[in-house]
Amino acid sequence: MSSVDGMAADGGHGDAPEDAVEVDARGLRCPLPVIQLARALDAVPGGQLVRLLATDPAARTDVPAFCRLRGAELLQVSKHGQAPGGHTAYLVRQVSATEPEAVRATPP
Amino acid sequence: MVLPPAVSARAGSAASPARVLLDAASGPLVPSAREVLLTAVDQGWADPRRLYAEARRARQLLDQAREVVASGLGVLPEQLSFLPGGPAAVRAGLEGLRYAGRRVGAGVVASAVEHSAVLLDVQHASAASQPGGRVVAVDRQGRVDLDAWGRAVGEPGTVAAALQSANGEVGTRQPLALAHERCAEHGIPLLVDASASLGRDPVPGQYDVLAGDARSWGGPAGTGVLVVPWRTRWRLPGPASELEGGRTHVEPVVPLVLAAAEAWQQTAHRREADAREAFELVAHIRAAAAALPDTEVAGDPTDRMAHVTTFSCLFADGEVLVDELDRRGFAVASGSACTSSTLAPSHVLAAMGVLTHGNVRVTLPLASVDPRRGESVHSFCAALPDAVATVRSRLQR
Repeated sequence: MSSVDGMAADGGHGDAPEDAVEVDARGLRCPLPVIQLARALDAVPGGQLVRLLATDPAARTDVPAFCRLRGAELLQVSKHGQAPGGHTAYLVRQVSATEPEAVRATPP
Repeated sequence: MVLPPAVSARAGSAASPARVLLDAASGPLVPSAREVLLTAVDQGWADPRRLYAEARRARQLLDQAREVVASGLGVLPEQLSFLPGGPAAVRAGLEGLRYAGRRVGAGVVASAVEHSAVLLDVQHASAASQPGGRVVAVDRQGRVDLDAWGRAVGEPGTVAAALQSANGEVGTRQPLALAHERCAEHGIPLLVDASASLGRDPVPGQYDVLAGDARSWGGPAGTGVLVVPWRTRWRLPGPASELEGGRTHVEPVVPLVLAAAEAWQQTAHRREADAREAFELVAHIRAAAAALPDTEVAGDPTDRMAHVTTFSCLFADGEVLVDELDRRGFAVASGSACTSSTLAPSHVLAAMGVLTHGNVRVTLPLASVDPRRGESVHSFCAALPDAVATVRSRLQR
């Protein structure tokens, strides 16, 4: 029932730009996909794209919420195939300019 | 309630000092309601429809209980029915509106944070491709989009609408008066689901059908209330029932109803003072949670029920967090997927776009249930940072 506002949810093909770092969190349950995404974003410079693949339905809410909390930019959400077996891809841009003023928890 | 002398009052045994209960959504009972329940098992066991002395006694007690609750809700006793639980009352309330409107259509409009019983009903109707009726989005605080609401109730085929007075998971209140106005403009009756708010917030004034749950005011599980004013067109399908004004086919359990009425009396006369104190205590929890790194506190900070709040911690597993707090003596709920029987997280958090993992939900008990709830909140706030850090550190790379 939840789709991300203003995001394409096409069932299309591999649409991630070539230079995106891919994080495969398929089969992992919450909050592991978000932890892996956070770790990947921490390891890349500002402006870098990261593409997270996840099957957990909770990621549909949690990835956008994570990006909002951490000031990362969620560019695209795309579904690939139907569950079971299908996954959702989240294309996220690291925005280093909005690095935190508050204390951050280190992703474990 | 006038009942024979009860056994000596004592504090609810469930709230032993070692345990801190912060999930009052499902109990325990207000202590005096517990006493009434125990006594009523002896005094009110008989079928109120029989004609002998014990049965007449049960009838008399049931009538008294109905008067107490009806007067508290500001309605006539004949307009109030007791149903087996809050969700049953909500479901019946909606069913009666829909059946009464069946010549026009079958569509029901509901906010995206309604009880799952309501949402399943809406989805069922739309799956059967009945026109009208839809789920209306909420904002980040969980408040319904009034413009979308107004458009939805105006769609052909819509025959009823359902909206909570306030959400039991996040506490946010709905703009009932305005939502009811939009419904009235289109002649659509509004069911107000006050299952989370009765006894905690003022009784809603604008509705066409009102449903509630005795648990929200410290009464027993298994007792719901349904109010259908005379002006509302409402009817259940099937042969007319002789029970509870024709609004249910299930006999009320007299001892439960008596306990619910006792809890209402105890809770209602202290409601405002209780809520004032609860609001401050919950504000304290919200502040403690907001001070944690990478933690999002959900729901409206001020236009909310006094006693409910929820927050989500990034990089934490909700189930593990509930276990960790439980180990430290705190009973809390969670809307995270891992803590429910389904794969999907709380539909309320998802509809609001709030982080669903690492979620903790606090429902503060009434002061009559936990007279030391202030201490409970302070010890919870003190324990929280280390509990969250512990859970986060346990997650493997």
